[in-house]
Amino acid sequence: MTGLLASGWKFDPNRHGTWAVAGTMIVLLFVLPVLEDPLLLLQVRYYVSMIILALSMAFIWGFGGIMCFGQSMFFGLGGYAYAIAVGNIGESTAPFFLSMIIPAIFAAILGYFMFFGRLNDVYVAVITLAVTLALYYFINSTSGDEYKIGKARLMGFNGISSIRKFNWPGDPKSFLTANELFYFSMGLLLATYLGLKVLLGSKFGRVVVAVKENELRAELLGYDVRAYKLAVFVIGAAIAGLAGCLSINYKNFISPNAFHLALAAQIIMWVLVGGVGTLFGPIVGCVVLLYVSFILGTGAASGGGMNTYFIFGLIVMIFVLVIPQGIVPTIRDWREQIGRYRRMIGGGLLSLSDQLPAGHGEGMRNLAERLIGVMKSESGPAPGAGTKG
Amino acid sequence: MAADGVILETRGLTMRFGGVVAVNNVDFSMKEGELRCLIGPNGAGKSTFFKCLTRQYKPTSGQVLFRGTDITGDITFQIARRGIGIKTQVPSVFDGLSVHENIWLSARRHHKAREANKITDAIIERIGLGHTTKKLVGRLAHGERQWVELGIVLTGEPKLILLDEPTAGMTGDEVGRTTALIREINRNVALIVVEHDMQFIKAIAAQVTVFHQGQILVEDSMTNILNNQRVRDVYLGKHAV
Repeated sequence: MTGLLASGWKFDPNRHGTWAVAGTMIVLLFVLPVLEDPLLLLQVRYYVSMIILALSMAFIWGFGGIMCFGQSMFFGLGGYAYAIAVGNIGESTAPFFLSMIIPAIFAAILGYFMFFGRLNDVYVAVITLAVTLALYYFINSTSGDEYKIGKARLMGFNGISSIRKFNWPGDPKSFLTANELFYFSMGLLLATYLGLKVLLGSKFGRVVVAVKENELRAELLGYDVRAYKLAVFVIGAAIAGLAGCLSINYKNFISPNAFHLALAAQIIMWVLVGGVGTLFGPIVGCVVLLYVSFILGTGAASGGGMNTYFIFGLIVMIFVLVIPQGIVPTIRDWREQIGRYRRMIGGGLLSLSDQLPAGHGEGMRNLAERLIGVMKSESGPAPGAGTKG
Repeated sequence: MAADGVILETRGLTMRFGGVVAVNNVDFSMKEGELRCLIGPNGAGKSTFFKCLTRQYKPTSGQVLFRGTDITGDITFQIARRGIGIKTQVPSVFDGLSVHENIWLSARRHHKAREANKITDAIIERIGLGHTTKKLVGRLAHGERQWVELGIVLTGEPKLILLDEPTAGMTGDEVGRTTALIREINRNVALIVVEHDMQFIKAIAAQVTVFHQGQILVEDSMTNILNNQRVRDVYLGKHAV
């Protein structure tokens, strides 16, 4: 089922439910602050930063075909880049951009060796995992006073706390309010989602999907697949870095756990559960699994909980065995299936009603037309359609 | 363009896999606009030779020259950009993408968006797959996938096309269409065709190079090849013609 969704990718809002997803985001953007529940806004900001992280993985794995087992490294690098830069500069504008630039540069160097060295997918997974763990152990061992960049100490396993939040550009004294931080996070999520959609619909995006589909053919067409893969990897790293920066603004704290295997594995689970090869799927996977983890976590705190990772392992096993495509693609397949049945039954009824003498079978005919007609508007064109762009 | 009108030349091209020499010191040469057939028993090194030309394999030694330029150091995508297109033995297409997208990706590589759309439509018309435009290539019949790949290669507007068993899996009717298409392509593009179908080679009436154990056994016209005793011994003797 590879590339089922990827067929004929272009920015086609009606087909891919882009407006539905973006519309929901916009509604949340305006409605949630009205509820005047600061705790809820805080909670949503946490989810938003994680969803952006999920999108970065959805992009590089689901569309670029790059199985990065250490996407957490860019999340952590983005967070640390922001924390260290803001600690030195005392103003958040440049650090905000650095949280994307530093991971992107790191990804460019690492990716250059991986993709121009023609490593295959398994080695890419192993290397990225090894690098994020190396960073984890490195940062963990930097608690001494001697480890500092400029004025900012790295703090090792203690983590960096009381990190400055966002301020208005150029005005270090006026911090963003809780509501403004929410608008900013949600706006960035919307921009990331739509940006990726537009990118995937462009020539670049279509070639990226082609490279994932058949690397050899893409190369025989004259596309430099190494450069395309590197570009995908770098863009994914910048987005993950942005997620790291937003997550810091949620909890004012970053520790080496940002690089930890637990997060690295969770990112993959979000995409796997939600559906590889979609953007909406990983959003769903991320929200569902974070919520599960939240429930299990509170259970554990009250003494009656189960081990979160045990449950996650179970969930992944069930998905791999029962719904390997993930939630979103599976639901879409069901809908298509139902559509086919409706048209089949409708067609049958229609021909049946034709057999009846005139004046009879009106109800049957109406039902048949409704069955067929409704699906026409729901199912849209067949996969692979709408590629005129 | 080389002054002597030679489009492709290999000098001492060799490809070893451990102890096996798949392509052994091959000196091959063909002219602009030529149509050449490669034949030879299975394992003679024909497909390996193609893969060396397009740098899917890095030759162990030897040189490849395209229109007088040494392209031995180029990698696959650079060779493609120089104007060598290849249809591989097992169709290499984008199975998860539509027919239109497959062709479009080839057209868009060297054309602006609007032209790419026009070219895509024209090519789909030319290879006669208009009714399948929106279908996923992976769901097409084997013969149709071969056509899609041929379309992809044509869209790249190459100067030299390598075809590895273009009629494999095609019905008699489809072979006829392919023959006609190859003749048409050959009006302004040079071709090398690997085939086992002797009727097909006769029909396109080409100069034939016979490979045997990684080396060129003989080069001649099809009529002479069919009467060549050495060729019969290594190859044709085993198959009814």
